[in-house]
Amino acid sequence: MFIEIKNLTKFYANYLAVNNINFHIEQYKTVGLLGPNGCGKTTTIGMMLGLVTPSNGEIIIEKKNINSFKRDQILKRFNFASPYVELPKKLTVRQNLEIYGRFYGVDNLSNRINEISGDLDIKNFFERKTGELSSGQKNRVSLAKSLINKPEILLLDEPTASLDPDIGDFIRGYIENYKSKNKITILLASHNMSEVERLCDSVIMMKKGKIIDNGTCESLIKKHGRNNLEETFLKLARSKDEL
Amino acid sequence: MNYKKIYALGLRHIYLIMNSFPRVLDLIYWPTVQIFLWGFISKFFTLSSEYYSNTVGVILTAAILYDFLFRASISFNMMFLEEIWSRNFTNLFIAPIKISEIIAALTLTAILRTLIGLVPAVIIAIPLFGVSVLKLGIPLIFLLISLYLFGITLGLLVTSGLLRYGPSFENIAWASLFFLAPLGCIYYPIEILPNFLQIIAKGLPLVHIFEEMRSILINNYVNYANILKSISISMVYFVFGVIVFYISYFGAKKRGTLINMGE
Repeated sequence: MFIEIKNLTKFYANYLAVNNINFHIEQYKTVGLLGPNGCGKTTTIGMMLGLVTPSNGEIIIEKKNINSFKRDQILKRFNFASPYVELPKKLTVRQNLEIYGRFYGVDNLSNRINEISGDLDIKNFFERKTGELSSGQKNRVSLAKSLINKPEILLLDEPTASLDPDIGDFIRGYIENYKSKNKITILLASHNMSEVERLCDSVIMMKKGKIIDNGTCESLIKKHGRNNLEETFLKLARSKDEL
Repeated sequence: MNYKKIYALGLRHIYLIMNSFPRVLDLIYWPTVQIFLWGFISKFFTLSSEYYSNTVGVILTAAILYDFLFRASISFNMMFLEEIWSRNFTNLFIAPIKISEIIAALTLTAILRTLIGLVPAVIIAIPLFGVSVLKLGIPLIFLLISLYLFGITLGLLVTSGLLRYGPSFENIAWASLFFLAPLGCIYYPIEILPNFLQIIAKGLPLVHIFEEMRSILINNYVNYANILKSISISMVYFVFGVIVFYISYFGAKKRGTLINMGE
């Protein structure tokens, strides 16, 4: 087991954001983290990234508690992308990738920047300021930043939110291709069910801070007697009682 | 600490300055206006005040040193706020860069921003008002070190507030130095303050720095013990600032505010 989440709980001052969740992610697999807005997905990702201190429970990487690693050593193995988190707007795309490459101690940085910018088709706006880019361009730059260090563990929070179908499909295709060629473990939080079906080996369904179901997309669709993951999601999200 | 990561974060802010000419102008504009204003006030005082009659430029030198403190603190705050405004906070705090490296990078880069703003103003003061801070001689270096440490400390305390309370704490960032200025005895001797405030003021490095500046310019006397005292006090505050920053950082992680900062 590569990543194991044990009894993870997060209390904020007046509410319970994540309620004693348990799951694991096998190495080189892609797991979808699904659930309605406010169900605790972002808090769970935040705890895995060390941005939020859990109130209880453990995050275990390769059988070792994440706290036993040095902060910079463990974070070197992770990366993260989200359209809600941006790169410095006044810096050019090249400058941003250079800065983050340096943070992650990437060897042969200029080669890596060249490689990833070619793959993600961002070279034609390389010298433009990041704040001047369109949403689709920003998302591709954000994804480039998240892969600059060839992370072992990639956390993606709605990577295709607010993108047009063409760019969304490009991003999904890129992630699909990238994971087939690289040894990477991905946790993908998304509201796009077709994206989840396309990219994820299994999914975890959350609601009100709890995991209410998990399994492969096919098994969940079958278990809940629906035609696709979207219908399954709606059934679970709208159910009054936890299943 | 990894100097390459410190350099990388410094480079992020150097690129920011290099990419924007209006930003460089803004850095230079305010100190220059300040020097002009205090230059004319200083000129008037040297002509009209018995206390300052033999020493040209005491007030202007005080203004320059105070501006150095102000710019150091504001530069530190601005660089931190820049991460919030650009919604880059999460990316920065999930990067494999230690908190000590972030503090070191901001501390070292703040000097660059400070100097970009202040050096042209200081140069202008020489031909225009016949005042050069270099007249303070070697002690100037130590006074600047003490001021810088204290300026960065104020920056650390304000950024700790930003971590604790979020961007709404921003207004305090601008007000922080004005709060301490009356107790700093920048333009007047400590005896002007009421007794109880003198006790508080002596606990700040500013009083010792500016008293020493006046002593050098007016009496031509350097008291290195006083300078050492000001550096020691600044160092104590700096360590306190670093501790408060760490406490705020761990508090922010507990409250989950790091993940939403700037959104």
